[in-house]
Amino acid sequence: MRHLLDITDCSMEDLDWLMNTADDIIARPGDYATAMSRKKIATLFYEPSTRTRLSFEAAMLELGGSVLGFAEASSSSASKGESISDTVRVVGCYADIIAMRHPREGAPTVAAHFSPVPIINAGDGGHNHPTQTLADLLTIRREKGRLSGLTVGLCGDLQFGRTVHSLINAMSRYPDTRFVLISPEELRIPAYLRDNMVKAGVPFTEVRKLEDVMGTLDILYMTRVQRERFFNEADYVRLKDSYILDPEKMRLARADLCVLHPLPRVNEISHAVDDDPRACYFKQVLYGKYMREALILKLLEAKV
Amino acid sequence: MNIDGIQNGYVLDHIQAGKAMVIYRYLKLDKLDCSVAIIKNAKSRRMGRKDIIKIDSLIPIDLDILGYIDPNVTVNIIRDENLVEKKRLSLPERVVNVIRCKNPRCITQIEQEIEHVFFLADREKGTYRCLYCETAHKPEDQPDIC
Repeated sequence: MRHLLDITDCSMEDLDWLMNTADDIIARPGDYATAMSRKKIATLFYEPSTRTRLSFEAAMLELGGSVLGFAEASSSSASKGESISDTVRVVGCYADIIAMRHPREGAPTVAAHFSPVPIINAGDGGHNHPTQTLADLLTIRREKGRLSGLTVGLCGDLQFGRTVHSLINAMSRYPDTRFVLISPEELRIPAYLRDNMVKAGVPFTEVRKLEDVMGTLDILYMTRVQRERFFNEADYVRLKDSYILDPEKMRLARADLCVLHPLPRVNEISHAVDDDPRACYFKQVLYGKYMREALILKLLEAKV
Repeated sequence: MNIDGIQNGYVLDHIQAGKAMVIYRYLKLDKLDCSVAIIKNAKSRRMGRKDIIKIDSLIPIDLDILGYIDPNVTVNIIRDENLVEKKRLSLPERVVNVIRCKNPRCITQIEQEIEHVFFLADREKGTYRCLYCETAHKPEDQPDIC
C-alpha cells in the first residue's frame, strides 16, 4: 500500500495490521514516541476541517514527527491557480507524507499520480473519507469485540455522506454484515454503491423511519446533512432536520448498541444522548488519532 | 472511390444503425485526406439495419475507442484488395481522453492537463466509471466526449 485513497486500497491484512498496531499504540504509547523522529507530514486542506487536520497533526506529533501545511485553499498557491499536480510535486520536496482534503472528488487520486511521497485522502468532496473509516472500524472492533455478523444502521445523508460510502465499502468485506439504510428519499445512497452491494450479495434494507429499526441495530452511524454538499439552499433547509437521535429513540435500542458519528454534529444527536454509555462518538475521535498514527507508520514503513 | 472496392484500408462492419457518425467523429475521420464512405441503414440479416464505414487507407485506428463506442463492430482489414484480417472488438478495460466526467464536483472539471480516465465497471451493462470520482457513464451518454 503506497497511498490511501479509498478504503479498498487496504487489504484485509492491512486493516488487521493497522488495528493491531493502533491497539498496541494505545497500550504502549512510549514505544512509538520517536518512531517518526525527523519525519514531516504536510496537511494540505483545501476546505475547512478541524478534527481531521488536528488528528493527523496530533498523530504525527505523538510519533515524534513534525507538521507543516495549510488549513484553507485561500492560504495556499491554489488561490493563485496552481494545479494539484504542481502543488504535490513541490510539497513532496518538503514533507515525507501528505494528508490532503479537497472539495473536489478524486483530487487525492490526481495527487497520488504525481506525488513523490505517499498521499492520504483526508476527504474528497462527497466521495471518500477512508481515514474516518479506519477510525470507525477500530471503534467498532474495540466496542463490539468483532467486525463480523453486525447489523449496521446508517442514518441521515447517505447520498453525499462520504464517510458512509467508505464504511459501506469496508464493512461489506466482513462476513454476515447487514446494512439498514435510513434516509429521506432525496438522500439515499448513490446507485453505484447499491449496485456494489447487490453484486457482492450484501443484505441491506432501505427505510425512512429511524424508530422502526432502532431495536434491530448493533451499530447506529449517524451523519449530518451537510450544507456544503448542496447547490440549492432550499433543499438543504428542507432536509437538514430529517433525523434527530434523542433519549426517546435511544429507549427503543438494544442495551449494547454502539452509536457512532463522524462529527461535527449540528443537531442530529441531542446532547442529552452524550452521557448514554452507548454513545461512542467521542471515543471514535480518539481512536481515529491512533489509527492515523498506525497509517503513517505503515505508509512510511517504519520499523518499531 | 468505388465504395465496393478498397485497395488498402478498412471496412468497419456491423456498426449499430445510427452510430456511424459518432464513430466518424471519435476517430476524427474528417481529418483524413483519403476516401471515406459512410453507409447508413444498410440491410443486415443479423442486425436488421446496420451502418458501415469504409476507409481507403491503413491509418492507425484506436480499437479501444471503437470498442467503447460499439463493441459489436467488425474491423475488416484490406490489403491489395484482399481481406487479410477480421477483428472482433469488445469493451476496453479503460478509455483515456474519450469521455468527459459530468460530475460537477469531479476534480477533472478544474484540474488542467490531466487525463480523463474511465474504467469498465460493469461489462454486462457497459457501464464505465470515472477513475477519480467513480461517477458512472453509460453507453447512452456517449455524445459527451473529450
